[in-house]
Amino acid sequence: MTKIFETPLYPYERNADQDQTSPVRHPVVVIGAGPVGLAAAIDLAQQDMPVVVLDDNDRVSFGSRAICFAKRPLEILDRLGCGEPMVEKGVVWDTGKVFFGDRQIYEFNLLPEEGHKNPAFINLQQYHLEAFLVDRIRQLQAEGKPLDLRGKNKVDAIGQHDDHVTLEIDTPDGPYNLEAEWLIACDGANSPTRRMLGLDFVGQVFEDNFLIADTVMAADFPTERWFWFDPPFNRGQSALLHKQPDNVWRIDFQIGWDIDRDKELEEDNIKRRLHAMLGEDARFELEWTSIYTFQCRRMESFRHGRVLFAGDAAHQVSPFGARGANSGFQDTDNLVWKLKLVLEGKAPDSLLDTYNSERVAGAEENILNSTRSTEFITPKSETSRIFRDAVLDLAEHYDFARPMVNSGRLSVPCIYSDSTLNGPDTSELPADLCPGTPAVDAPIRDGWLLDRLGDRFQLLAIGVNADTDLESNGISIETLLLSPDESPEFSSRYLGKADQAVYLIRPDQHISARWTDYDRAAVLNALQTATGNKEV
Amino acid sequence: MSKLVTKPNIPEADDFYAELLAMHNGHSKEESDAINARLILLLSNHIGDREILTEAMQAAKGNS
Repeated sequence: MTKIFETPLYPYERNADQDQTSPVRHPVVVIGAGPVGLAAAIDLAQQDMPVVVLDDNDRVSFGSRAICFAKRPLEILDRLGCGEPMVEKGVVWDTGKVFFGDRQIYEFNLLPEEGHKNPAFINLQQYHLEAFLVDRIRQLQAEGKPLDLRGKNKVDAIGQHDDHVTLEIDTPDGPYNLEAEWLIACDGANSPTRRMLGLDFVGQVFEDNFLIADTVMAADFPTERWFWFDPPFNRGQSALLHKQPDNVWRIDFQIGWDIDRDKELEEDNIKRRLHAMLGEDARFELEWTSIYTFQCRRMESFRHGRVLFAGDAAHQVSPFGARGANSGFQDTDNLVWKLKLVLEGKAPDSLLDTYNSERVAGAEENILNSTRSTEFITPKSETSRIFRDAVLDLAEHYDFARPMVNSGRLSVPCIYSDSTLNGPDTSELPADLCPGTPAVDAPIRDGWLLDRLGDRFQLLAIGVNADTDLESNGISIETLLLSPDESPEFSSRYLGKADQAVYLIRPDQHISARWTDYDRAAVLNALQTATGNKEV
Repeated sequence: MSKLVTKPNIPEADDFYAELLAMHNGHSKEESDAINARLILLLSNHIGDREILTEAMQAAKGNS
């Protein structure tokens, strides 16, 4: 049977730009049709911004790769019109078990909070996720949205100019040139764009290898995340078992630094490891195997003139905590509305510098968390290992040690608390929703709050009246009048002890300012701050 | 302002010290290292005050 990741999903087709005598200029070109590049393109196109996506390949990612998607990215994918089929296909999980040596030391439940449309996490193979994104692109194209996805279009050279970027592209029909007012590079951890522009990518290298075996088996393990420290079947190392859709299980063995890569990848060797773990009688098939190493690093700046870097091209983390793809979606979520305002001439191009500052803060948080997880999983000194094992021993008997057990701090939404785009705050409203925080979902009378938010500035006027004609610099605000009694979750999350509240929400659903009273001038002032239209 | 108590605070200090050493009797260096690490973690959690813990770590490193 041909696997989904072996079938061309966007095969090469000759495009009109290839027949022009001089290069055609596009407002936005995206390099890379991975999850992040596809999300950027959908975000632009569904807001009627023309976009061309170039990829040197013509199909979804090979093998399962990223498999764990958190609530905030699912909310972003929902705004992009493709979250629901992913959640439907994905495996929802909330229980984790931790093993040390030959015994289970504890289990935890993520205890997902009630009153959210999306689950805390789903597991879904990256190739399924990308296929859903391509489905969404086909749907937008059928609606006449300006999106062109070009397979087998490999960018060979990039030239930077004050007001545009030039691209030399190779195709099966030979080369052609393009120009872009803005270029978004989503071409992965080994980003050719980054290399062609000679940009830095510095950080910490970890001397360790991990063997992934995606295993198809009709096993009756529960839908849980199992993590082993120093198990009998992989002494001195760690292992992970996690369920994906279609009876595929992600099994991940830490195998150390000094290995014979080719030998480790031999099918007999992998099967020997799997039998040691699952039992001699276990029946399974291997879907995909791979050995990976990782680094924790980021670019100094995610913006270089007219080139904007997003996803793994801009920052790379260890896989522990599922902070790679999950943070990439938060990158383009942050970038696209800003780019749209700049392209429309409604905001200065310095607004794009806040893409850099807000997302660098996010990347720093992810690098810190994933570096700490790595230290716990792979102690780098004898003393580090002694303390690690002491935490695991104590965790079996005492609650206090469990928060120190670190098999990956799972991705949480980024909060841009120090952003220059943030407006006024008030201590009379719940601290969890301070400016910079993504709006939290809650049930409202006719559905979910987050289904109503996004793609434009919006004012939530809760229990208070507000104007419906708010506009500044050609940017209008949509006013949503909501009752304090939409739902118990809504009033506790958005009002707390207050009777009324006003929230200004950005197009990426992040809160930019809030008050307990409506004041037209204050709202318009905050809009100017949030769009970089005010001198600070 | 120092929050870490550095004046004598344990009654019968000799008894405490003897008990601390007796805890390691019959254990290998490796086992003792593990016991010490668990003890540090238990005591740290009991103290629970990040400032005091930081001061204690500094004092242990010899930074007075």
